[in-house]
Amino acid sequence: MLLVLPVELVLIEGKSKNMERARRVLEMKGITKQYFGNTVLNNVSIDLYPGEIHALVGENGAGKSTLMNILFGMPVIHSTGGFSGEVLIDGEKVELMSPAEAMQAGIGMVHQEFMLLPGFTITENIKLNREPTTKNALSRLFRSKSLDYLDVPTMRKDARAALDRLDLAIDEWAPVAGLPVGYMQFIEIAREIDKKEVRILVFDEPTAVLTETEADRLLESLRRLAADGIAILFITHRLDEVMAVANRITVLRDGETVARLNRDEAVVERIAELMVGRKVEKVELPPRAKEPSDEDIALTIDNLVVDMPGEMVRGLSLSVRRGEILGIGGLAGHGKLGIANGIMGLYPASGRVSKNGENIPLNSPEEALSRGLAFVSEDRRGVGLLLNEPIDRNIGVTAMQVQHKFLKSWPHFLPALRLEDRAELRAYAEDMIRKLDIRCLGPNQPVRSLSGGNQQKVCIAKALALEPEILFVSEPTRGIDVGAKRLVLDLLVRLNRDHNVTIIMTSSELGELRKVCDRVAIVYRGRLAGILPPDASDAEFGLMMAGRVGKEAV
Amino acid sequence: MIQSPEQKKVESGRDVSLDMRHIVRTNGVPILFLALSITMAAVAGLSPAFLMNEVITRFARNSLLVLSLLIPVTAGMGLNFSIVIGAMSAQAAAIAVTLWGIKGVSGFLTACLLATPLAAITGCLAGLVLNRAKGREMITSMILGFFANGIYQLIFLFLVGSVIPFNSKSMLLPQGVGVRNTVDLINIAQSLDKIWRPVISGVRIPVVTVLVSLGMCVVITFLLRTKIGQDLRAVGQDMNIAEVMGIKVDKTRIIAMILSTVIAAWGQLVFLQNIGTLNTYNSHEQVGMFSIAALLVGGASTRRATIFQALIGVILFHTLFVVSPLAGQKLFGVPQIGEYFRVFVAYGIIAVALAIHAWQDRQMRKEAIREAVLTE
Ligand SMILES: Nc1ncnc2c1ncn2[C@@H]1O[C@H](COP(=O)(O)OP(=O)(O)OP(=O)(O)O)[C@@H](O)[C@H]1O
Ligand SMILES: [Mg+2]
Repeated sequence: MLLVLPVELVLIEGKSKNMERARRVLEMKGITKQYFGNTVLNNVSIDLYPGEIHALVGENGAGKSTLMNILFGMPVIHSTGGFSGEVLIDGEKVELMSPAEAMQAGIGMVHQEFMLLPGFTITENIKLNREPTTKNALSRLFRSKSLDYLDVPTMRKDARAALDRLDLAIDEWAPVAGLPVGYMQFIEIAREIDKKEVRILVFDEPTAVLTETEADRLLESLRRLAADGIAILFITHRLDEVMAVANRITVLRDGETVARLNRDEAVVERIAELMVGRKVEKVELPPRAKEPSDEDIALTIDNLVVDMPGEMVRGLSLSVRRGEILGIGGLAGHGKLGIANGIMGLYPASGRVSKNGENIPLNSPEEALSRGLAFVSEDRRGVGLLLNEPIDRNIGVTAMQVQHKFLKSWPHFLPALRLEDRAELRAYAEDMIRKLDIRCLGPNQPVRSLSGGNQQKVCIAKALALEPEILFVSEPTRGIDVGAKRLVLDLLVRLNRDHNVTIIMTSSELGELRKVCDRVAIVYRGRLAGILPPDASDAEFGLMMAGRVGKEAV
Repeated sequence: MIQSPEQKKVESGRDVSLDMRHIVRTNGVPILFLALSITMAAVAGLSPAFLMNEVITRFARNSLLVLSLLIPVTAGMGLNFSIVIGAMSAQAAAIAVTLWGIKGVSGFLTACLLATPLAAITGCLAGLVLNRAKGREMITSMILGFFANGIYQLIFLFLVGSVIPFNSKSMLLPQGVGVRNTVDLINIAQSLDKIWRPVISGVRIPVVTVLVSLGMCVVITFLLRTKIGQDLRAVGQDMNIAEVMGIKVDKTRIIAMILSTVIAAWGQLVFLQNIGTLNTYNSHEQVGMFSIAALLVGGASTRRATIFQALIGVILFHTLFVVSPLAGQKLFGVPQIGEYFRVFVAYGIIAVALAIHAWQDRQMRKEAIREAVLTE
């Protein structure tokens, strides 16, 4: 057999002195996993010391979640033929065939998808299947733990304690259904830190749905947990987070380990390069023939009020210039996310929004879509995708319904009877797969089996299929790796320059806004605080986001 | 610092002011049936005492069977049509105690003891089958009921008296093989009802039987407060998440089926002791249909059913059963019209409920597509 070694295999087994003395709590050796003949992990090894934060980074689809699913004994692994390689806990070989066994072995995991039951309260979710119980006559009689009463007061007390450790001032008896995504993530984390027996904790992109402030709090919790001696495996696409907390960093690329670094020898650029396998260049903004100006306004927002829990908009007015990329920034909870959601009719809204002087009726997504507006939502985890349908249909479904695209031309007088044009759809999807670098087996693959980041790329492709005049994108690079991030930003700029799409981009990453936007509007307490040019100083942005400055600077 | 969303509180505050409308909207079915029952009772001109008597008897006789449906609904398995399997186990036990001549309450208890393992085993088998038909439990359980009926008939029509020794000629068909169409359950007839049956202002109340039903409510409430109850609810909400959280999903679903089948067996014994005769090949046939109809009349759905809905459903459904033939007699001079009406109601409500269920499923799928269309 021919063994091809990756060229830049930089396995630097550097351990600090006290780690050498400590025993490894986890070793995964030579893990290889195939999905339907497709090798997604090839001879991957990783190990973990108590009290260590070990970051696992890699592009979308590199195999990070798969490796963690193996560790956690997830059903999807065993129902697709298992894996080869060894898992050792405390130096002893284990075979984890189910999540229950993994938990027993002291492994906790915050999954990339939410694992919360919406009909249960926060407490019930935190204590799910680990409920403290009290004995009663019947359970004594039958000697069955199943018949024990749930000890609700203790459950609530434990849940409260876990929430308090995360500084989460939320009623522990509130139902999970309807909570904002950021909360759900913290509840999942509360569940894991509530497990007293946990020694290994896996976090699969916990910060992807969090705002920067929330993410900072999460990192703080990670440090505290590590200080308590828990070994942490931390998956993220935000390399600054890696630099902030990780002791060691393992880089995966296309299912192989390409590097293992100590923090002191790691720099963000180097990690990014290792992940992508090429240099990550800076985005150069191409010039325009005609600069957008206040003479030519595409969208006017007047006194917009949006009732979006946690992101209320309370009377915002803003004019968007035709052909510009307008950034919307601001701190979490100040309503920047509510703007697009309100205009697109996803949350109750009032006020006046007009495009080219024509009024857009609010509270109706159909109206907004049919008037050439499109929206890439920030809430892309699971919702917004037909998980069992193939990639191409997911990309085409909105354009098909709203604009009768990708349909056979006959009978043109009765669009309802027109069949899907598979060939056209497929060709379009293939083009998108190439442009956005969606890692998949082909346009036929069901979206469910894509990696998290690649599912997000499908969401973006879907909005682009509408060829909108005005495109709202919220948190477009959340949960996407550095390489793909650049691709997405590039694509937005190209759309803007080549196809003259007006883009309104909401993001909690100020850096990214400043990179591609013509102007950045800052929202404070649900209203416009001001608009800054992208090259304004950090201090100016900071002051405006804190509500100190209140006048337009552009 | 993250604070709890204020929005929630505002909304719940608004709910209170809309209380009345909310109640009507969420309890449309029972309210409709209540109105129907009252109208028909008025038309028929029944005396309240007569009506009360009838309804209490039927309540005592049927509520256990309806309660047996609750646990599978909680476990997300929908309406369990295969409770007829429990009923068949009960009938086998009833035939046995009649054959052995065990009389009175001890006969009834022996029948219960005998029916329990039978129902547990058959329930377990049904659970195993349903675990292979996840997402299609209702239709599968209905077919299972028919299948079990075939086996039941094979045993009692052909094997008893030929392969299975049976030493009571009087209970067998004339040719000496197969149990007669009707078996007089002299030994256990009314055994539970007549323990204490005081008459309060003209209404005879079978106290012990009613207490058995209420006792079962307590037991179910108890079960749902235990660890296994929490597991059942978790599995009912999302099997995948429950599995990932380490709950043994298949085992939990089998437990739900065993509990349901056993309670149904006891329920059928209560039913039979009240009626006093066994229609060997028919008594069980409509158990599933009528119990499910009663539960649905109480306002339950295939995803959510409470004890309260079960009890209200039994009362409303059987009130309608009592008054509709009499109203038919009064209005048209033909009691059959009422008779047709109640059969129509029983099957109609199931059909409508299942149609609504299917429609909701489609709606949810559409909603998912819509959401997908709109939120990119
Ligand atoms: N159930 C499945 N069936 C088939 N292929 C799968 C399945 N789950 C994952 N894959 C494939 O395995 C590869 C690795 O996916 P994985 O989810 O591990 O990526 P990841 O590193 O977590 O990426 P991301 O950062 O986007 O979450 C992908 O190409 C994906 O399409
Ligand atoms: Mg992943």
